[in-house]
Amino acid sequence: MSVTLQDRVGKPWRKPHFISNPFLRWGLIIATVIYLILAIGSLEVSWERVYLGLERGWRFIVGFSQPDFISRWPDIYEGMIESVIMTITSTIVGIAISIPIALGAASNIAPLPVYLICRGIISISRALNEIIVAILLVAIFGFGPLAGFLTLSFATIGFLAKLLAEDIEDMNKSQAEAIRSTGASWLQWVNFGVQPQVMPRLIGLSIYRLDINFRESAVLGLVGAGGIGATLNTAFDRYEFDTVAAILIMIIVTVMALEFISGNIRARVQ
Amino acid sequence: MPTRINSKNVKVWQVRDRNGQLLRWAMWMTAAILFYLSWMKISAETTWYFFFDAPRIAADIGTRAFPPRWEYITSLGKPIWDTFNIATLGTVIALVIAVPVAFLAAQNTTPKIPLHPWAVGFIPPFVRKFIMTTTGEDVYSAGLIRPFALLVIVSSRSINSLIWALLLVSIVGPGVFAGLLAISIRSIGFCAKLLYEAIEEIDATQVEAIRATGASGWQVMVYGIVPQILPAFAGIAVFRWDINIRESTVLGLVGAGGIGLQLQGSLNILAWPQVSLILVVILVAVILGEWISAKVRAAII
Amino acid sequence: MLKLEKLTKVYKTGDKALSEVDMEVPKGQVIALIGPSGAGKSTLIRCINRLVSPTGGSVILDGVDVTSLGSSGLRRERRRMGMIFQEYALVERLSVMENVLSGRLGYVGFFRSFFRKFPQSDVDEAFRLLDRVGLLHMADKRADELSGGQRQRVGIARALIQDPAVLLVDEPTASLDPKTSREIMRLIVEMCEERKLAAIINIHDVSLAQMFVQRVVGLKMGRIIFDGAPNQLTPDVLTEIYGEEDWEATIEAVDDDDYDADDVDGEGKKGEA
Repeated sequence: MSVTLQDRVGKPWRKPHFISNPFLRWGLIIATVIYLILAIGSLEVSWERVYLGLERGWRFIVGFSQPDFISRWPDIYEGMIESVIMTITSTIVGIAISIPIALGAASNIAPLPVYLICRGIISISRALNEIIVAILLVAIFGFGPLAGFLTLSFATIGFLAKLLAEDIEDMNKSQAEAIRSTGASWLQWVNFGVQPQVMPRLIGLSIYRLDINFRESAVLGLVGAGGIGATLNTAFDRYEFDTVAAILIMIIVTVMALEFISGNIRARVQ
Repeated sequence: MPTRINSKNVKVWQVRDRNGQLLRWAMWMTAAILFYLSWMKISAETTWYFFFDAPRIAADIGTRAFPPRWEYITSLGKPIWDTFNIATLGTVIALVIAVPVAFLAAQNTTPKIPLHPWAVGFIPPFVRKFIMTTTGEDVYSAGLIRPFALLVIVSSRSINSLIWALLLVSIVGPGVFAGLLAISIRSIGFCAKLLYEAIEEIDATQVEAIRATGASGWQVMVYGIVPQILPAFAGIAVFRWDINIRESTVLGLVGAGGIGLQLQGSLNILAWPQVSLILVVILVAVILGEWISAKVRAAII
Repeated sequence: MLKLEKLTKVYKTGDKALSEVDMEVPKGQVIALIGPSGAGKSTLIRCINRLVSPTGGSVILDGVDVTSLGSSGLRRERRRMGMIFQEYALVERLSVMENVLSGRLGYVGFFRSFFRKFPQSDVDEAFRLLDRVGLLHMADKRADELSGGQRQRVGIARALIQDPAVLLVDEPTASLDPKTSREIMRLIVEMCEERKLAAIINIHDVSLAQMFVQRVVGLKMGRIIFDGAPNQLTPDVLTEIYGEEDWEATIEAVDDDDYDADDVDGEGKKGEA
């Protein structure tokens, strides 16, 4: 209460700074400016090349007004089918493996050694980019959708098991305890005490992951792991932008449809 | 209560009624058949000899890749710097564009400019119907601004950054610039989506209060809306930056600059010790990125 | 002087919130507007500064017809109508001082307000008002660090710094405890006396209204059915406004009528969209 009106009236008012220490504030501002200058300076944009490329960019945009589904249809068809089957199989296998790992990675259920192992698997899966995993798996298993399937399954584990484990950790304890107190075995306890609580979220996440897996399956082909990506890559290499447009439209439409369906189902189960 | 008559003609309780039971059964069946058919297809396209040979090959690659060629790190300085720049500048550019897009896409801030009946005639009926079902409003009364903003968001989000990179490499040529643009374009949709959801969740009475003072539209924005979404904005920025670090490490595979370029080069000449070193570097970068973003988010929120 | 002529509001849903309300508020008079939930109290107040656009009739403030104004004219007139809200409606992530100064937004240009470069006279006035409501020491705190009563004081300062001719007050005490409620009501009434302000106060608590104002207007189903001095509020009148209840045991009974003007607010937003 030491502030009096006389102290403040007649003096300018300024909004208190977000960072109150002026040295830190100016230091950060200057560092940011220097970084931006250096970073933009190291970009090495060849405007001449960009200018030349604009014509191609334009052809790409025009391609969208007249996409060509016909000339490469067999390739597109084959690619889409591969993407779809990779999506389906990897999602199913991914879910099947994720569930035990999620149980193991929930600190309120699993004993410590199991917890650490399962968390380790999840961390590895999350840290590795899908594309890099795909490259390694293609090197090991050869080209084709098998590598893509394995990649996506592996990625699904990191995603699904982590979120599911968090959900199990957040579950209502008393419900689970009530089941335990009936003398249920561990499996019965999971089945009656845990599963009903996390089921809606599991369904929601699985469908969401199906959606993600399809998107990802569209790029795995770039490194030879099967799917529509390979067709897309070829079309780019040949500068067939009308085919590129056709493929991209198909991807966008599928993604939108999946998102729509998954949104509906998630809204219904949750 | 669902029951059925068993073979001894006794009513027994069961969890679900007949139709529910059948539906579940049909769903499991469909999933199983789909899985089987898909698996057959994959199997047909797989050279199983390679598959069974895989452990040997994996072991072979493993021995070649170990130990990583540590001294190669000296030539990775510039690629790492490039990767970092692609992610950081890409996030900045994306945010600059995502902010207006988000305001145009949010229910409560998008300008609703009714479309002239004459112009409505040019929109195919199924497009109009589609817009109606997805946005809940007819173009006739609400105009096309929101549907357009949503289209930008969806297009940007549905296409992976690697595909954007592929496209941009063929347009602006290989290099960091293509990667930067790819990351920016890909991030616009992501950031704009999360941001417009945040805008739709703001407290309307705070905005009303500012409006009641006689403030202009822009003043209402700066005083009533922006302070409310600032924390969400900061969170989204850091979150996307973290994702962009991961994504920019592989853009080089299609020629769009950064450390992926070295990875591709080393893979092509089967220089496994270099590959393993690059993978270690990428892993460290990703973990660092996640750590920084977690720290920053905890500090802001 | 504020004058309402046949003010009518029909929402898109077809609900008639106000029908042909006529009312005059002379300079310096404080009016309490009472009535059951959904009677249209909130709508009435919001129609005056057009946060909700009326569908008929007019609002005339010192000779200016507010209902016919374009957007810049409307902003000019809004400056002369300070508004105080039920849930305070402070911008929670801005500082107390910024919240008070936001009352001057109608007077300063965009860039001045963007860079928080308000004229010194505004800054001084903000400090004086904060001192008057007893929150000078909180000037640089963030609004969400304040208690309910403190927030409402900031809300009052924000409305007063507009240098308004009339105050529109929407359930100022609905979220406050009884003691703070009285303090806030007293502060509002005192301020109106000091500055010769007219005020319309929506209020649920009839006894609180009787304690502080010179005139009470009763609203039911969008119509004025009572207009008179607080001591004319007999149990019969209250029965007419709120419905059958034992009004002799006043306060408790009125408090029981649980507050939910939210319905009206909700409709207000829908109507605007």
